[in-house]
Amino acid sequence: MAKVSVANNVSKSNRNWIRGYTIAGFFLFITYQFLLPWDGLPSGIYQTVNQWMPPSAVNESLVYVIMALGLNIVVGYAGLLDLGYVAFWAIGGYCAGWFMSEFFYFLNIHFFGSVPAGTPGIHINFWMVLIIGGFVCALFGVLIGAPTLRLKSDYLALVTLGFGEIIPQVFFNGENFFGFNISNGTKGIVVVDPSPAGFKNLGPFDAGWKLLLFLFLTAVMVFISLRLRRGRLGRAWLAVREDELAASMMGVPLMRTKLAAYAVGAFAGGLGGVAFATHVNGVYAERFNFAISIFLLAMVVLGGMGNVWGVILGAFVLSWVNGNGLSAFGRVYNDSFGTSIDFTSFTFLLFGLVLIFMMLFKREGLIPESRMKLLMHEGELDDADSDGKKQKAGK
Amino acid sequence: MANVLEAKNISVAFGGLLAVNDVSFNIPNKSIVSLIGPNGAGKTTFFNVLTGLYKPSAGNIIFGDRDITDLPPHKIASIGIARTFQNIRLFGLMTAQENLLVAMHSHLKAGITSTILRTKKQRKEESDAEDKAQSILDFAGVGKWTHEFARNLSYGDQRRLEVARALALDPKVLLLDEPTAGMNAQESQVFIEFINKLVAERDIAVMLIEHDMKVVMSLSQRVTVLDQGEKIAEGSPDEIKNNPRVIEAYLGKPKAARK
Ligand SMILES: Nc1ncnc2c1ncn2[C@@H]1O[C@H](COP(=O)(O)OP(=O)(O)O)[C@@H](O)[C@H]1O
Ligand SMILES: [Mg+2]
Repeated sequence: MAKVSVANNVSKSNRNWIRGYTIAGFFLFITYQFLLPWDGLPSGIYQTVNQWMPPSAVNESLVYVIMALGLNIVVGYAGLLDLGYVAFWAIGGYCAGWFMSEFFYFLNIHFFGSVPAGTPGIHINFWMVLIIGGFVCALFGVLIGAPTLRLKSDYLALVTLGFGEIIPQVFFNGENFFGFNISNGTKGIVVVDPSPAGFKNLGPFDAGWKLLLFLFLTAVMVFISLRLRRGRLGRAWLAVREDELAASMMGVPLMRTKLAAYAVGAFAGGLGGVAFATHVNGVYAERFNFAISIFLLAMVVLGGMGNVWGVILGAFVLSWVNGNGLSAFGRVYNDSFGTSIDFTSFTFLLFGLVLIFMMLFKREGLIPESRMKLLMHEGELDDADSDGKKQKAGK
Repeated sequence: MANVLEAKNISVAFGGLLAVNDVSFNIPNKSIVSLIGPNGAGKTTFFNVLTGLYKPSAGNIIFGDRDITDLPPHKIASIGIARTFQNIRLFGLMTAQENLLVAMHSHLKAGITSTILRTKKQRKEESDAEDKAQSILDFAGVGKWTHEFARNLSYGDQRRLEVARALALDPKVLLLDEPTAGMNAQESQVFIEFINKLVAERDIAVMLIEHDMKVVMSLSQRVTVLDQGEKIAEGSPDEIKNNPRVIEAYLGKPKAARK
């Protein structure tokens, strides 16, 4: 029976991804770290790659991937809408700013940091800051979730929206936060310590090695996502997404289950925040704006809610278009036709069109999760089935 | 005989409507009891109170020797009161096995870290749970649908799967809300045998809401009749069959019956 195989694939797919991922990641790394800077490379190739997909664009995409994977746990797995995810990005970023720079110049705390002893400020080891950033964000996820997750989803969305607005504003005006400077305000925290990738401290010019680092963090998030998804908690998330009431009648604690999704999702936001601070070697308050939350949500939806590979693709494509693809296309177009159209100003028009198009023709995303695909095509079922769904919805 | 569950003087009000009015109801150990009454009598509402979905405006619910009136639904489920729904509420896009594993959630222990690391303990717990789920699926007669999405099952199999999911909670009390609705005579007969076998083999009591009088009469040790939120009769199936108030409730008030 064809139907059986659908469900079977759900449990069996994604099991052996590590090898493929490693090979693909390795090629990407080799290309950017060794092949691109190689003198023997024809300069045409160098220029094309650098124009269309420079290492920094790939790295930035990967930061988005990490965060989209976190948002996917909240939105795709547990079915909760979160319109303020940028808050976690900001908190993660400032964790890097606080614990890996000279920001607290009056202190002198070193813990396996990457700068010489005696440098003022707090300088904690990069890997530890990653974990700290993750956990601080998870804590904030729980703090914001605990009072609000009881709300029906529309109200929850509004509260998260507010949260995503408030946190960046706090940092933006953080030069005087009840008398304390927590963020340097608009000046940002500049020069975050280089992050050590084992043998080497990664400064602004080590894009290749950072690529490797971000690929690794992405893999960690994929790993966490897939493992959790298949376990006790992941099933509870799915059940809550499908029918909250039935789930609670079957012994699933709704609050705890949703909070766990929030916490794990926020943890990824923290990783992404620290990674981003590493990527730009600083923390800049104006980078954390509302559009980012929507942007991340669009990545999850475009790629395929609930499917990590879809989300990765969605995040890659959108962040590339936004960061590099459109401007590169604009340059080529203007050069060949002698025009001077500012293509990047059409970014949001393009995104809007893409989203409308997707919602009309491919709601389940580019690489859909098999369950999502069935869910999204609910309307095409026979009457008996849609009747059952209506009763559910009308509970 | 000792009672596994005692609901004392339960009332439920929705605005001005008293959906359940001062109803007391006991479920003796290992018994099969039924709750009948015309549509809108308050039967499902009574289930919703027992399972913690609605809090009663008056009254107490004692489970074993514990007052569970104020417990949240998931707690009540995890300590041993499981139910099915009048309109099937399976997790349609989860497999039969996953549906049961969700119901085992409160009995499983794996946390975030052990799931990510897939520790030996976690793997054992998962495979034990899968085995147990399979044996329940087999018991309920849907053992061949382990990896099938619940929504793809036939109507009768979905009803059976819903009972299986409830059983996965390891309940002491199983509440079934119109379990044979939509079944033909033969399927109902199979269901009767299934429930009898269940109570014979396990330490479980069953409470049925049921419209099919043949099912009610052949299964129940005791029948309780609700009408407009009030308990109007209680007794053995034979007593109920001949009770004039019951006959009136069903036949004498066509308005309520038609609803
Ligand atoms: N959540 C609710 N809010 C308001 N009224 C309700 C609700 N649930 C049930 N009722 C009302 O309570 C009465 C009893 O309903 P119900 O328990 O479903 O009856 P039964 O299961 O016996 O057919 C009906 O009049 C119904 O409309
Ligand atoms: Mg009912």
